Amino acid sequence: MTGLTVLPLATLVGPVSVAHYLVVGAVLFVAGVACMAVKRNALGVLMGIELVLNGANVNFVAFASPYLQADGARSLGLDGQIIALFVILLAAAEAAVALAITLNFYNNHATVDVDRADDLKG
Amino acid sequence: MDPAVRLPLLLGLAWLVPLASFVAILFFGPRMGKHGKNAAWVATAAIVTSLMLSLMAAGTWLAVHPVTAPAHGHHGDAHAAAGQDEHGGHAAGHHGHAADAPPAYSGDWYTLYQGGKLKLSIGWYIDSLTVLMFVVVAFIATCIHVYASGYMHDELHDVTDHEVHLSTGGHLHRPGRFPRFFQALSLFCFSMFGIVIAGNLAMVFVFWELVGICSWFLIGFYYERKSASNAANKAFIVNRVGDFGMLIGLMALWGALGTLQFTDMFAAVRPAPDHALVVPASMTNWLLFIAGVGIFCGCVGKSAQFPLFVWLPDAMEGPTPVSALVHSATMVAAGVYLVGRFFPVLSPDVLLVIAYTGAITLFIAATIALVANDIKRVLAYSTVSQLGYMMLALGVGGWVAGLFHLVTHAFFKSLLFLCSGSVIHACHTNDMRKMGGLARVMPWTAYTMLVGCLAIIGAGIPFVIGLSGYYSKDSILAQALSFAQANPRHSVLFYAVAGGAALTAFYMFRLWFMTFAGEPRDHHVHEHAHESPTVMVAPLVVLSVLAVAAGWTIGTFGIANLLEQARPAGTAEGLTGGFAFGQTLTYPAEHLSHAEAIHRAATWTAFGTALAGVALAAVMYLWRLVSPDVVATIFRPVYAFLAGRWYFDELYKAIFVVPALGIAQLASGADRGIIDRIIDGLAWTARGLAGIDAWIDRTLVDGLVNATANATWNAGIALKRLQTGRLRQYVVFIALATVALFVLASLFMRVSHAG
Repeated sequence: MTGLTVLPLATLVGPVSVAHYLVVGAVLFVAGVACMAVKRNALGVLMGIELVLNGANVNFVAFASPYLQADGARSLGLDGQIIALFVILLAAAEAAVALAITLNFYNNHATVDVDRADDLKG
Repeated sequence: MDPAVRLPLLLGLAWLVPLASFVAILFFGPRMGKHGKNAAWVATAAIVTSLMLSLMAAGTWLAVHPVTAPAHGHHGDAHAAAGQDEHGGHAAGHHGHAADAPPAYSGDWYTLYQGGKLKLSIGWYIDSLTVLMFVVVAFIATCIHVYASGYMHDELHDVTDHEVHLSTGGHLHRPGRFPRFFQALSLFCFSMFGIVIAGNLAMVFVFWELVGICSWFLIGFYYERKSASNAANKAFIVNRVGDFGMLIGLMALWGALGTLQFTDMFAAVRPAPDHALVVPASMTNWLLFIAGVGIFCGCVGKSAQFPLFVWLPDAMEGPTPVSALVHSATMVAAGVYLVGRFFPVLSPDVLLVIAYTGAITLFIAATIALVANDIKRVLAYSTVSQLGYMMLALGVGGWVAGLFHLVTHAFFKSLLFLCSGSVIHACHTNDMRKMGGLARVMPWTAYTMLVGCLAIIGAGIPFVIGLSGYYSKDSILAQALSFAQANPRHSVLFYAVAGGAALTAFYMFRLWFMTFAGEPRDHHVHEHAHESPTVMVAPLVVLSVLAVAAGWTIGTFGIANLLEQARPAGTAEGLTGGFAFGQTLTYPAEHLSHAEAIHRAATWTAFGTALAGVALAAVMYLWRLVSPDVVATIFRPVYAFLAGRWYFDELYKAIFVVPALGIAQLASGADRGIIDRIIDGLAWTARGLAGIDAWIDRTLVDGLVNATANATWNAGIALKRLQTGRLRQYVVFIALATVALFVLASLFMRVSHAG
């Protein structure tokens, strides 16, 4: 009865709605997570992070778009887009920091294999 | 200023100044100059201050109570000041046959406790006896302080005591104890002044014990020497025996009269107006007798009377200035002084006990002195003997005679002791058999000592003039004769005094001849002998002047007349009574002994006996016509008995010391065998219980704590594996966990919504 229920596939065959966007976002998200989980290259992991963040961004924008809402009163208005902009901004900052870490790591270990970065293991 | 205010102030200050000196030396002694050299100055300054204050007090006294010739039984010249007694016990202005109370001032500085009739206070009782004793004690103590500052100079640097053999084979080497000596000397003077000024018996008792402990300090000054520490303990313990009797006396008086104030006691036992001795309603004859004998017991201990005189000769282990102080004006004088002070309360029976004790003491001590070879021991036994004289004089009713002899004896005995100290200082030995001919090398000491010897035997030109002992000893003889005439059954007392006088003359001149006259017996000793330094000779000269002059009466002023002023009310009248010995005793009034017939007989007796004694001594030791060794051989058993000092020490050892040690051993055995066993058993039990407790602690309590710690530790180890350090794994975990949480949450939400 709420959005938490699993969406019925039938919804997808209708006109383009929030659900379609959510599916795209979910695909992006899962791809990102899979990318983070399987890539040994640190840069690949960073790319996975970007995918995850952007998957979330798609959801924000979808929820905020007035065109996708049957009932405009329930949209997030401009908040979704603004949060998406924040996410992009933070992703850029995070990428800069992460790349710096990676570069440092490379300097120290002559590799960017994240499996080799286990200095803090218990 | 009113003498009632001024006298306690002056004498109180004189009393407290030595205490200040004691405290100062106690805390700062070692820092007073090099090795505490200036402690002597502090102590001497204190005692000189006391002397000055005492002399001022004497001046104050004499200004108010000029010394007059004693009025025998007439009360025409009643003292205007009579009845200044603050307690108001004796109102002024008696009439008729009423005896006048002597002028006396009493009061309390501080009341420690008062509850019901019980009162403990620090107070004063001042009459001419108090003032006189203050002057005498302070004067002699001053001489002795000056003398000691020279005599004790060995203590100014490290001392090697050749009489102490260490287990390692060498002699004891110790730092000097100069300040310690003067500290004890000051405390001693303070204690003695306390006895003299005390206004009640409780206070007397306190200072009595303080004197005892001071004597312990001083006799045991060389405490590393076994003999010295034994002598100190002996003096202290023997005095305890006497003090036990004194406590009984105190309790009897307190219980019956409810007071220990002198004025109140005198008023109870000798009530106004005639001050005759009556047994108070709250007492019986026997109780009064026990009280008197009890107090006298204390005096027996302090004044070294038979049977407790054994401590005094041993007390010679102390430094010689101590002997001089202890045996002339202070400790031994305290007993005689107390008998004198307490005299009004003593019943005829008690007086008889005192007289016989004195007679036995004087005879035993004099006979032992005949054969002693240690110069200080001769003087020690002479002291005991003279104390016997004083006690006997008091016991036959000669109140003035006894105390007069106390004062004159204080002068010549301190002189004799200081002279002997000078001899010992020069010869480094006490043994008279190694001396002889010393008069040539140390004339000052020799001739001042001759003055002392002449004074103690009572030398003088009969009826014209004499040394101090002449007057005091004559008055004792006269009173003893007077008593013997009144009580023919007790005439042995007179013979004891007369015989004692001959013995005194013999042993004193034996001492002088052996030490100073004839040819040197030991050339080694003689060659090293030298006259003592001025600081030691000066007191000898001063004291010898007083030993000569202390007995003189100039005009009406003299010590005897001054003492007459303090005569306790009612005792001028003589005394009759007695129940304890089944006979009536008659104590003739003391002024009756001044009667021409008695006085003449006594003087000739004294002169004759003394002359005989000196002559015999001269025959044996000066001209050596009769060898002492031959005499000793002829009378071998007697000689051995006397040289063994009547075997009193052995007797006491067998009767008291050995059983006491046996009991101590038994107690120690019981302690070790029974009490220690019980305690050990308790300890073992406690230890066993503690073991169980420790086991519980270790296994249960510690186990619990350790188990918790182990569990935590293992959990940590187990969880540590999760931290693989593999980034990719973490991502998978996060993803899976998120999904799992999501699934769980949605499941629960579903359930709750379904509900």
